[in-house]
Amino acid sequence: MTQSSIMPGFRPALAFTLGYLTLIVLIPLSSLLFTSLQLDWNEYLDIMIDRRVLAAFRISFLTSLAASVIAGLFGFVIAWVMVRYPFAGKRVLDALIDLPFALPTAVAGVVLATIYQPGGIVGKWLIDNFGLQVAYTPLGIVVALIFIGIPFVVRTIEPVLQEFDTTMEEAAACLGASRLQVFAKIILPNLFPAVLTGVSLAFARGIGEYGSVIFIAGNLPYVSEIAPLLIVIKLEQYQYAGATSIAFSMLIVSFLLLLGLNLLQRRLRKRSGQI
Amino acid sequence: MQAPSSTAGNAIVRIGNRQALRDPLWLRCALIGVAVGFIVLFLCLPLGLVLYQAFAKGWQAYFQALSEPDTVAALRLTLIVALATVPLNTIFGIAAAWAITRFEFPGKSLLTTLIDLPFSVSPVISGLIFVLLFGSQGWFGPWLSAHQIKIMFATPGIILVTVFVTFPFVARELIPLMQEMGNEEEEAALSLGAGGWKTFFLITLPNIKWALLYGVLLCNARAMGEFGAVSVVSGHIRGLTDTLPLHVEVSYNDYDAVGAFASASILAGLAVVTLVLKSFLEWKAR
Repeated sequence: MTQSSIMPGFRPALAFTLGYLTLIVLIPLSSLLFTSLQLDWNEYLDIMIDRRVLAAFRISFLTSLAASVIAGLFGFVIAWVMVRYPFAGKRVLDALIDLPFALPTAVAGVVLATIYQPGGIVGKWLIDNFGLQVAYTPLGIVVALIFIGIPFVVRTIEPVLQEFDTTMEEAAACLGASRLQVFAKIILPNLFPAVLTGVSLAFARGIGEYGSVIFIAGNLPYVSEIAPLLIVIKLEQYQYAGATSIAFSMLIVSFLLLLGLNLLQRRLRKRSGQI
Repeated sequence: MQAPSSTAGNAIVRIGNRQALRDPLWLRCALIGVAVGFIVLFLCLPLGLVLYQAFAKGWQAYFQALSEPDTVAALRLTLIVALATVPLNTIFGIAAAWAITRFEFPGKSLLTTLIDLPFSVSPVISGLIFVLLFGSQGWFGPWLSAHQIKIMFATPGIILVTVFVTFPFVARELIPLMQEMGNEEEEAALSLGAGGWKTFFLITLPNIKWALLYGVLLCNARAMGEFGAVSVVSGHIRGLTDTLPLHVEVSYNDYDAVGAFASASILAGLAVVTLVLKSFLEWKAR
């Protein structure tokens, strides 16, 4: 260990850090783990293969997936425009991207529900022109999750795009590639890991999201009821085993997701020779 | 060739003027249109609508909604929770950043990962784990009720989950900055005879103050705005354990639009202040 002996305060700082971490994060999280391990395997399976629970997981998955892919597309365009094109008012718009991080989820929830409900500004327009109802359907969940997911995508792609070596694009152009070819063969492959990371972060956040979704979702069992809401419902009925089983499964899923993402990124980086 | 733009020196403009990197005009306009349209529809509209709905029935209705006893109680509880949470996590953030960036020790990267853990836990699950600890059927439930200590459905429980949810904010802002800064300046001060605390207050703190402020502000915004985790442990007792976000929910479900959006406007204002300060800090760092 090469450590400058002159710097003071190592022991108290580390002791406080570890103690506080253990007290606030590790012990509470371990309560979920131990309570889950105490569950009977058959009881756990019974809870998880319940039709309503399966439906909630399917809805959570599909809406998060759809929302994160849509957020990925728009987020890519926004990041591209923010980094590459000069235009008036860009600073303000760029600062606004972080709004979903800063706005409390309950506020986002009620305001999105107000906008997209059948009588709301956008909701009325969509129903009148396309006969499309967004609020109180799975579509509403997707809208809320796009709102939540967009900063994850933009803020992951932006720095990579800023560091992007434009000489590669110029070289390709000099060798006669069209702008479309440059985009498909140079830009997209290099940005793909960042896009994938942003989309996965949005997806992971979307599965666990609660506050912004429950107002616009309508929460119809089997139709628009998300997995986190089911945890709350089970808790309100004092079904601790049920709530714990669902929570445990959700944690396992997000853990596997993060693991898979890490492995995929390592492979992508190896292929492009950056290690 | 295009004439150089008047805002030359800006890297973005320079890229835009390099012929090989130039996208056709129609494409540029289309993409800018898509991006701006998306931001206006998905971000500006919700923010504007909060204000519009809050003032839909005029100033008087707005202030009347804000001065209702339940709203005042919710605001007070929210402030108490933030006042308890933010200092704790700020001290932790500084201590953790100091230990992690100024010293080498085994398990450092594991520690950094563990600090980020609360970010990847669903808010509802964050609430659930404290119910499993302190609820009536939880680990400490029987002991707590035997000693007449109330944590669940009371202020201590709300503070605990909020501390958990906002745990990483300050540490996360400080660690990369202090890593990049290095410790030469601090070593110089120490070797000239300054004490540990003196070095911290005169050297380290001035260097990290803006990042620290931003971390504190983010932590505060989330502490005041947390909904999912708090709603699990609060019990929704009106005027007693409802925080401002929970009060927004209750008012909204009672079809009290002005009340819901008046409370929401305070939280939205907090979000805007956070964003403005963030832009200011980025501008300062440049």
